[in-house]
Amino acid sequence: MPVSTTTQGTPIWRLRTTRAQWLQYLGWLTGACLFLLCWKVISDNTMWVFVEDAGRQGSDLISRMLPPEWSYAQRLWKPMWDTLNIATLGTLLGIAMAFPVAFLAARNTTPHPLVRSAALVIIVASRSINSLIWAMLLVTILGPGVLAGIIAIALRSIGFVGKLLYEAIEEIHPTPVEAISATGAGRLQVMNYGVLPQVMPAFAGISVYRWDINIRESTVLGLVGAGGIGLQLNAAINSLAWNQVSVIFVMIFATVLVSEWISARVRHAII
Amino acid sequence: MLTLSQVNKRYPTGDRALTDIELALPRGQVMALIGPSGAGKSTLIRCVNRLVEPSSGSIRLGDTELTRLSGRELRRARRAMAMIFQEYALVDRLTVMENVLSGRLGQVGFWRSFLRRYPADAVTEAFRLLERVGLPHAIDKRADALSGGQRQRVGIARALLQDPQLLLVDEPTASLDPKTSRQIMRLIRELCAERELGAIINIHDVALARQFADRIVGLRAGEIVFDGKPEALNAEILTTIYGEEDWDTQGEVGDEAGAHTPEPATRLALASGGAS
Repeated sequence: MPVSTTTQGTPIWRLRTTRAQWLQYLGWLTGACLFLLCWKVISDNTMWVFVEDAGRQGSDLISRMLPPEWSYAQRLWKPMWDTLNIATLGTLLGIAMAFPVAFLAARNTTPHPLVRSAALVIIVASRSINSLIWAMLLVTILGPGVLAGIIAIALRSIGFVGKLLYEAIEEIHPTPVEAISATGAGRLQVMNYGVLPQVMPAFAGISVYRWDINIRESTVLGLVGAGGIGLQLNAAINSLAWNQVSVIFVMIFATVLVSEWISARVRHAII
Repeated sequence: MLTLSQVNKRYPTGDRALTDIELALPRGQVMALIGPSGAGKSTLIRCVNRLVEPSSGSIRLGDTELTRLSGRELRRARRAMAMIFQEYALVDRLTVMENVLSGRLGQVGFWRSFLRRYPADAVTEAFRLLERVGLPHAIDKRADALSGGQRQRVGIARALLQDPQLLLVDEPTASLDPKTSRQIMRLIRELCAERELGAIINIHDVALARQFADRIVGLRAGEIVFDGKPEALNAEILTTIYGEEDWDTQGEVGDEAGAHTPEPATRLALASGGAS
């Protein structure tokens, strides 16, 4: 017991009982043993001969990447533009679909608990599948190209935006909603006046954040044929043209940097 | 005008919030509802406009039985009852004008309200009301740019734009300083007189209740234990409402000078009873 009494009768306090303290030591010991065991299993399954010359292989790869073949950049503007369009149009489509879903999923705005469950299923389904996998499925259905990429990005974004937005809706202050209801306003009017102004900053922030993520995700969609710069990346790697791969890396890096900057500025301006 | 009979409210948790409430409010009467936190004051006024559903009993406004209404009819009935809130309950990110105009939402279709195209008479009335509550300069400001007292004035203008028959006022002064509290109570009082509005005002501050109400109703644990004129409120009755306390604390609360209303000679200055 944390509080006990000395023989003199003064109370003593400790954070844990002796038993809890020993259990905690035991827990740490078990954790450490498990870590060492895993370490050993991984080590046994690794071919150390390959790892030993990793440094040489790495420097070899870098030497093939350098100097980048800058003239190759001429052929990358179009795929890069596709990538940006996939990300932007996909995000717009995604948030357009996520917006109503979020209102149906939030406990305080849903018309019925069954509708809420359906909306949550949509959100979970969208979130549980990575956009690369959505793209693979859609390339099979729609054929390769930008359209499959846009829809893949949109489908993945529904879950992300929907989840964050419905959480924001559930966290609004209830009293303005009460006040608007008390004027005799209809359901949609209560949403428009009581709920929407309160979640607007969150909605804008979430959308820009998702757009920023989608720029990064859309750069790899080409690996499965869904358009954009990933297509070029795949081709360059397959033909071992490492000095072209490095140009693509630099371009992706620059784009992501710019998109992060824009999204940070926009979020700063809104909030 | 407003009649409550046999009104009971029991929350799903089993807590009895209101027991057999019998209350009649004539036209134009300003009634203060006092009582300790948790006595059911907020529940009572929210039962009237059905933000809270009463468990049983009848509530009539004029000839309308409010407890049985639903959907469109409930919305129509709510137009006649405007509510003023403790934390003002303005929508912070909307402008003062949008907040005031939202008082008309019950009478305007969705698309008109969505596009903020209110009828000209509503806009004219909103201008007039903002002038009346003393905020003509604040029309274009966002609601969160105002001070507490100003926000409550916007809340009052919103309520009056409904052109109600009845005001339901929930702790209008709980977040305000003593001077602003008095100004706000005086404003509500004057507006009720101008428009012959009935009002139920939940209030913690017994001194304010005595000063500004025509009638005081004391609620304790969901039951009405006092109903009478402000002058009839004495230490003994306050003990019935709030429990044992030394009520004779004249001078403990700093009374600010210049209150227009003449006060009864036996006036007790009272500290309020905790936050709600």
